[in-house]
Amino acid sequence: MKMKLGTMAVAAVMAASPVMADLVFPSLSYRTGPYAAGGIPFADGYADYMTLLNERDGGIGGVATRILECETGYNTEKGVECYEATKGEGSLVYQPLSTGITYQLIPKATADDIPVHSMGYGRTSAKNGNVFSHVFNYPANYWDGASGAINYLLEANGGDISGKKIALVYHNSAYGKEPIRTLQNLAEKHGFELMEVAVDHPGQEQKSQWLQIRRERPDNVLMWGWGVMNQVAIQEAANIRYPMENFIGIWWSGSENDVLPAGDAANGYKALTFHGVGDDFPVFDDIQKYVVDAGKAAGAGDQVGTVLYNRGLYAAMLAAEAAKKAQEIHGVADITAGMMRDGMEALDITEAKMAELGLPNFGPEFAVSCENHGGNALVGVTQWDASAGTWSLISDFKATDGDVIGPLIEEDSASYASENGIDPNCG
Amino acid sequence: MPEQMFFAMEVILNGLMAGVLYALVALGFVLIFKASGIFNFAQGVMALFAAMTFVGIQNGQVPFSHLINAVFGTHIHYFGWEVHSILAIILTIGVMILLAWAVQAFVFRHLVGQEPIILFMATIGLAYLLEGVADLMWGSEIKKLDVCLAEGTCLPQGMNLAFDEFSARVFDQPFGMFIDNLDITATIIAILLVTALVMFSQYTKQGRAMRAVADDHQAALSVGVSLNYIWILVWSVAGFVALVAGIMWGAKSGVQFSLSLIALKALPVLMLGGFTSIPGAIVGGLIIGVGEKLFEFAIGPMIGGATENWFAYVLALIFLVFRPQGLFGEKIIERV
Repeated sequence: MKMKLGTMAVAAVMAASPVMADLVFPSLSYRTGPYAAGGIPFADGYADYMTLLNERDGGIGGVATRILECETGYNTEKGVECYEATKGEGSLVYQPLSTGITYQLIPKATADDIPVHSMGYGRTSAKNGNVFSHVFNYPANYWDGASGAINYLLEANGGDISGKKIALVYHNSAYGKEPIRTLQNLAEKHGFELMEVAVDHPGQEQKSQWLQIRRERPDNVLMWGWGVMNQVAIQEAANIRYPMENFIGIWWSGSENDVLPAGDAANGYKALTFHGVGDDFPVFDDIQKYVVDAGKAAGAGDQVGTVLYNRGLYAAMLAAEAAKKAQEIHGVADITAGMMRDGMEALDITEAKMAELGLPNFGPEFAVSCENHGGNALVGVTQWDASAGTWSLISDFKATDGDVIGPLIEEDSASYASENGIDPNCG
Repeated sequence: MPEQMFFAMEVILNGLMAGVLYALVALGFVLIFKASGIFNFAQGVMALFAAMTFVGIQNGQVPFSHLINAVFGTHIHYFGWEVHSILAIILTIGVMILLAWAVQAFVFRHLVGQEPIILFMATIGLAYLLEGVADLMWGSEIKKLDVCLAEGTCLPQGMNLAFDEFSARVFDQPFGMFIDNLDITATIIAILLVTALVMFSQYTKQGRAMRAVADDHQAALSVGVSLNYIWILVWSVAGFVALVAGIMWGAKSGVQFSLSLIALKALPVLMLGGFTSIPGAIVGGLIIGVGEKLFEFAIGPMIGGATENWFAYVLALIFLVFRPQGLFGEKIIERV
């Protein structure tokens, strides 16, 4: 009888355990709803890179990858449902693709020992790995973006922007308000005047805001927008004849979707970035050969090389490299989410490695450690050429102001740690 | 003239123009509510569907191409031709008439005599269905919208330079008042549209029948007016109004899913102007447009800005307190 019960218990445990035949990468995509135009290329890029690894390399370390896609519609509740529904499938790392979903997943994923990678969004202070053991936001965060924009303006103005007026047009949400404190501190440091202009969701009507900008004539405009807000803002800027080369968006305001509706009027608009643009990288030849031409592309294959497709591909590449690192550290091919976390924490992206992967100069070099989950905080600037219909990287990936950002990260993460009773993670 | 006064005038002018765009959306709601008592939650989505259909036809896009490609493994997306804007508008109107027929035949014909809340729920379902169909039919990428009569004569956008110079000279300011050419065009189109609607309802047999149905369904039925025909007609006209609104809003932001959210801008207009009055939609739109812009200009900077969305509803609520039926709405008296 005991033997029988024991056999049943073993069978039950085996049935309940995740199948470890594949390396499972959940994709909390949003292919429907108001932000689908941004969600589709990212999801396609993420999936296509994983397909490439399977088709070309036989997976990662000999184990096939599997994309587990769940539609969130960019809705926080649905995102959490997706997490709950997929975490038992052996999911290795979550890319929540929404600041709201990220905030919800931080405590859940930490408790479940599953890492979260919020690349260029989410909770900025998650860079502090001492507090946020399972959350990673390399290679750059919003505060790096704010500082990167100011550094770019400093360079363009011979190192002096004192007395200048810089407007921040932002989505009136937690996401849009992220850079305000950093910019306020930078304004104090560099002596420029910060003009804050809020735009309510969804941002379809921005006449008041752009009349205000026309009245107050700021030297530069920064934008933290998303969705329709971006397209309307760029059109309204063109309408009031604001010089496009003085208008810089965060990386979520810098895709083809944002500039194409305004046509030629968007020429010269700039956006921050933490990865390369275009399809002039060897990896895209492989994507074409092994994925698109083979009829295995996640979408219609028409998004390859667009900004958000590249971002999805870059996220997949970083996830795959972290998985390789985890396999190396633990000496097993079938890694678990906990092992994946270790791999992410030991990730070291060098130029030599990116070149080997067919992505030379595609992104900044960076290393992750227990204390630093945010990478080296290097930010670049891109510019839109309307006649060619292409984005170009017009600066190197440059360092941001750690003296200003560092204390802000310390302060915010310390308050999270005390609210949640978190002990330091790193020895 | 003091600078602030000059700026306030510019804000009022732009508020009026924005109000016209709000009124364009509100008109579609009013038409259907007046004729059938249905609050059409799907009006915003109809604007999205109409604009997507217009751009799709114009660009020679194959409808349902993603679905066709997924099922048959093909790679077709475009027919390879482009359709002139006018022809595309006519074809889109045809599609909207078909949609009106389908809505009537498959939904509301089966709900005759149901409670208004049931009809409202049906329009919510219709909105989500139409969103999905629009996505499936034309794809979810953002599309640039251009209406061109001939080469170089497209829907104008951007600052009106003549007015800018004129106002700077008249008011002796370093720079003039901003007015968007698209807003001027929208105003002219709205005036033409309202005139056409009034002429249609006053001077045509169908228009008079529409008014008769709006006044009293049963009386209209007793004198031989076909309710089914009139409701298809009304939904078709509302579809046409949705197309105009979709084109005007789509020209600003590109044609994309968010167009369906313009309905949010119409609700305070309806609350203020009344659900049954075309002049109410126009006047309501203008009051909301000017009110929200002036508030944002005068008070917004003191309280962090982004006041327009909620202030429009506050303004509408204030009017509701004093005139529950709206400025031009019919007073509802129910005897119990």
